[in-house]
Amino acid sequence: MIALSNINKVFNKDKDNEVVAIKSLSLTINEGEYLTIVGSNGSGKSTLLNIISGAEMPTNGTITIEGTDVTKMPEYKRSKWIARVFQNPLSGTAPDLSIIDNFRLAALRTQSRGLTIGVNASFKKKVKDRIATLGMGLENKTEQPIGTLSGGQRQALTLLMGVMDETKILLLDEPTAALDPRSADIIMKTADVLIKEHNLTAILITHNLKYAHQYGNRLIQMSEGVITKSLDSQQKLALPLTDLFAWFI
Amino acid sequence: MEFYLTALMIGICLSTMSLGIFITMKIFKIPDITTDGSYTLGAVVTALLLPWQLNPFLAIPITLIAGGVAGALTGIVHTKLKIDALLAGILVMTALYSINLSLLGRSNIPLINIKTIFSYFHPFNKEVYDGLMMATLIVTIIISLLAYLLKTDFGIAMRATGNSDSMTRALGINNDKMKIIGLAIANSLTAFSGYLVAQYQNFTDINMGIGIVITGLGSVLISSAIINWLGVANIWIQLLCVVIGCVIFQMVLAVTLSLGIDPNMLKLVTAIFVLLIVSLPKFLGRAAA
Repeated sequence: MIALSNINKVFNKDKDNEVVAIKSLSLTINEGEYLTIVGSNGSGKSTLLNIISGAEMPTNGTITIEGTDVTKMPEYKRSKWIARVFQNPLSGTAPDLSIIDNFRLAALRTQSRGLTIGVNASFKKKVKDRIATLGMGLENKTEQPIGTLSGGQRQALTLLMGVMDETKILLLDEPTAALDPRSADIIMKTADVLIKEHNLTAILITHNLKYAHQYGNRLIQMSEGVITKSLDSQQKLALPLTDLFAWFI
Repeated sequence: MEFYLTALMIGICLSTMSLGIFITMKIFKIPDITTDGSYTLGAVVTALLLPWQLNPFLAIPITLIAGGVAGALTGIVHTKLKIDALLAGILVMTALYSINLSLLGRSNIPLINIKTIFSYFHPFNKEVYDGLMMATLIVTIIISLLAYLLKTDFGIAMRATGNSDSMTRALGINNDKMKIIGLAIANSLTAFSGYLVAQYQNFTDINMGIGIVITGLGSVLISSAIINWLGVANIWIQLLCVVIGCVIFQMVLAVTLSLGIDPNMLKLVTAIFVLLIVSLPKFLGRAAA
């Protein structure tokens, strides 16, 4: 599904503050895999995700998605495969727009946005039904600006928005980092359900080792721009949580 | 009375420019000052076309395209060359001064004894009222079209672009393209104001656009105050508030002039008035706190 080959990413190349974020990294993620990435700050996890989404371009190396070379493809074009949830709950939604308008844009992620009014009664009903599945009582607030909601609510809606249109890949960049434990649990459970329901290929970055242990069917650890540990689904299942904690000592 | 009707008329004629500023400032959060140039460009195009006996209604699309090209240029300089929006606007505005002057051929052209958009309907048989009706009619059509546009799928994408660019990029929206189109629409509305004003005052002057962006900013600031105060969510009403803001602005200037202030001081008065609108809420907020 996603193949990264020999990726390097250097920030501020040839300057005093040069940083090598990714070092000759190769990684293949198969369809339906739910990959969890752990690693300390500055290990290159987020840079890796940004290179996949197109928010950052690699210094060299190639990336293919479903066999298409996307190395030079800008972020907005890669969105035809990829839906994202950001670390900052504010980044995934447009705060001044109503919930329904946010969902309308999400529903057109892979399509053109024409000069017709798409927010009609049937669309509103569809969105309300989807939002009701969250059980947060947000289905009656669809005309409200999304910026008036809490971080957890916005993050949950961003997740749902990700599957409003055809999606192959879901990128979760520390989606629960800014949330309280209860909201974080809801987000992680919702994500898991959606990934299974829509048979998505997903990548989760998290600092929460409990989640890293609980979710996903493949686990890697990154350190200083390289993959230091890699576990397939069986090895991951066999890994005791205490051993995972030991990775960081 | 006549005096205030004139202010009302100018307010309505300038309201499409204010709508343009509303689009750039409030929807795209871009400070665009191409306005001074594209406003004059609209008036220049009008002054060149109308003496040829061209139907003034046919001049509308040409004016809109001229303004749109100016705005798109600012957008391209800003997004493709990664130049600050303010500077991009200044560059295009400055370049437009020479273009306007060479198109016009001299510093001003009178538009007397030719058919203008105001020469067609005379239901009131009184020039002031007939002009007001025509201008109101046109502005109503423009607001309706703009309100419709902003409610379409494309319009939602436009509004989101200025609101959260990380979100729009992740949702497959080309932010650069959106900004270029937005600036084009805004400046075609601005050029349309030039078109209306040139026909209303019966001349086009190369300097008529100097400082006009301040009028637009002031009008939009007044309208934002009204929108916040009344909590207006409907986009149609919001656009209407911009027109009202523009009329209020012209009324205040009219009152100032009627107090006997030297007309040469008008730009100074305008600047001070806008400064007051911007700073008053902060002072009031501090007093309340």
